[in-house]
Amino acid sequence: MPTSQTLYEKIWNAHVVEQRDDGTCLIFIDRHLVHEVTSPQAFEGLRVAGRRVRRPDLTLAVPDHNLPTTARLDSDGQHVPIADPESAQQLEALERNAPEFGIAYINATDIKQGIVHVVGPEQGFSLPGTTIVCGDSHTACHGGLGALAFGIGTSEVEHVLATQTLQLTRSKSMEVRVEGELGPGVSAKDVVLHITGVLGASGGTGHVIEYTGAVIRALSIEGRLTISNMAIEHGARAGLVAPDDTTFAYLKGRPMAPKGAQWDAAVAYWRSLATDTGAVYDKVVTINAADIAPSVTWGTSPEDVLPITGIVPDPSTFADPSKQEAAKKSLAYMGLTPGTAMTDIEVQNVFIGSCTNSRIEDLRAAAAILKGRKKAANVKWAIVVPGSGLVKHQAEAEGLDRIFTDAGLEWREPGCSACLGMNPDKVPAGERCASTSNRNFVGRQGPGARTHLVSPAMAAAAAVTGKLTDVRELMN
Amino acid sequence: MKPISSVIGRAYPLGLKNIDTDIIIPAAWLKTISRSGLGKGAFQSLREVPGNVFDDPAYAGAPILIAGDNFGCGSSREHAAWALADLGISAVIAPSFSDIFSGNAFKNGLLAIVLPQDAIDRLMEVAQTDSIHIDLETQTVTTPFQDRFAFEIDPFRKHCLINGVDEIGLTLKSSDAISTYETKISASQPWLTPNIA
Repeated sequence: MPTSQTLYEKIWNAHVVEQRDDGTCLIFIDRHLVHEVTSPQAFEGLRVAGRRVRRPDLTLAVPDHNLPTTARLDSDGQHVPIADPESAQQLEALERNAPEFGIAYINATDIKQGIVHVVGPEQGFSLPGTTIVCGDSHTACHGGLGALAFGIGTSEVEHVLATQTLQLTRSKSMEVRVEGELGPGVSAKDVVLHITGVLGASGGTGHVIEYTGAVIRALSIEGRLTISNMAIEHGARAGLVAPDDTTFAYLKGRPMAPKGAQWDAAVAYWRSLATDTGAVYDKVVTINAADIAPSVTWGTSPEDVLPITGIVPDPSTFADPSKQEAAKKSLAYMGLTPGTAMTDIEVQNVFIGSCTNSRIEDLRAAAAILKGRKKAANVKWAIVVPGSGLVKHQAEAEGLDRIFTDAGLEWREPGCSACLGMNPDKVPAGERCASTSNRNFVGRQGPGARTHLVSPAMAAAAAVTGKLTDVRELMN
Repeated sequence: MKPISSVIGRAYPLGLKNIDTDIIIPAAWLKTISRSGLGKGAFQSLREVPGNVFDDPAYAGAPILIAGDNFGCGSSREHAAWALADLGISAVIAPSFSDIFSGNAFKNGLLAIVLPQDAIDRLMEVAQTDSIHIDLETQTVTTPFQDRFAFEIDPFRKHCLINGVDEIGLTLKSSDAISTYETKISASQPWLTPNIA
């Protein structure tokens, strides 16, 4: 065994229950987050086979994907029924399955409810050095705390429920080092969009990426969660940021985090996890912060990234013929003409939210741009969706909700909302949305919807001007 | 899982790269609590285009799909694998797959075969007129024109696919090892158990 190890190797080695001759390992899972969409068939599978949940104490269930983000209680304090019968059925299934299998469940009107990837870190359920899974690809998010976190399918959800383990093979390791200092108006979201543009949508396939360098060290936990959240958008199985004092300060005192002497023991262990000097990654990519501008996507893959100062590309200029064809299809779907300045593109919708950008710092960044301003007349629908009830409460205590509503934006209840077109929050066909979410796929925000991925401040700027806008022009 | 050792038949020549799981099955279809019936929603946005391969009678019922790089990227929804199976597809051949889709396909006995782009180009050509034969035992893809492409597959996955192994049942045989691990960790890292009220 090599004496110098990467953060990924240390976490992996600490979780091997058994290793088979072919290299496949039985890996112990420390934390399992469950939501309503990818779990019903897994619980049904357990029921049919007469199996139980091995470690309900390591499992936490919360609804997020299907929930409407409009008021959940009426003026009499009664639950507002969910109009879509299929959504209602799926939510009811989780509400039934959790107690049946002895799993803690946060209900839709609990202040702790929110998007799984916001709730986990916020509650201190997600911890450095742990293995965390959820039936959702953005589970990579929790890697911002230094956890090995990754999305799994429903069969694997069932496997983890039954055994608290997964049969896995070790991934390759990649270091993405971001050196320098971010310029004004450039946020963690711009960093991760830029990385995705550089690596491509499959650049990280088969790898676990550790994000390092001065820029990552200087980021808050919210920023690190944003970056690791989108590791999957460049194909990586998981993203990691080494835990440090910023991480410990964020976690200390969180409800489910260790307390007292246990806390001290945990911190001592977490400090030992950083990649050793001399440890070797399978691949290293270095990025200079000076090259990162406020960024925006133009196409239908998260790799289609440009600085906001850019112009819509001409597909014929791409070297790869398959890329040319993909770009032509993307531009047709997006209704864009090569050569158009990105800042000339009008938007009719603005979405601030999602597991990528719905934490308090994201809302503060958007509010800083919107304060004292109004949304443009051509922006028909603009919503701000906090990531959890606790984020909502904090934002209201800071008066951010008033800034949003005074500017003409709607202030909503927590959930996945317009990130994925499976609850009532959708972008109409043929219309554009400046969105702080993570995917600009065809139909992602609703059939025919056209998505431009941006940071919270950039989304706020687009709301004000009615066009994709360089946020730096609205900063004092 | 049903055992699978070979797939023989026509192939949909799709060929596009970065086919994400939102394209394979849009979110509106994820509200089901069952694994069946998703074929109707498969490739919805592609099927809105006249002349698409999925509605071309020449390929009706084809058990194979040929795609471009990074097939199944994006969301972890296993509904993508269920939708393909419901459509009658037993194997996808592509230059690369997303890690999560590849795992989901495996769990459902759906073959995700990786071949280099030049082999894909040739198979796209053959698929226009003829059948393709995938043999898992010998790890080869062959055509009636003497083309023969070898592919790699993880030995554990190959074993599970050919024998239709219930992976949970297999892991449960390691229950004692899991218990030993749990005991060791709860002694050395007692803070790992969360304070769930």
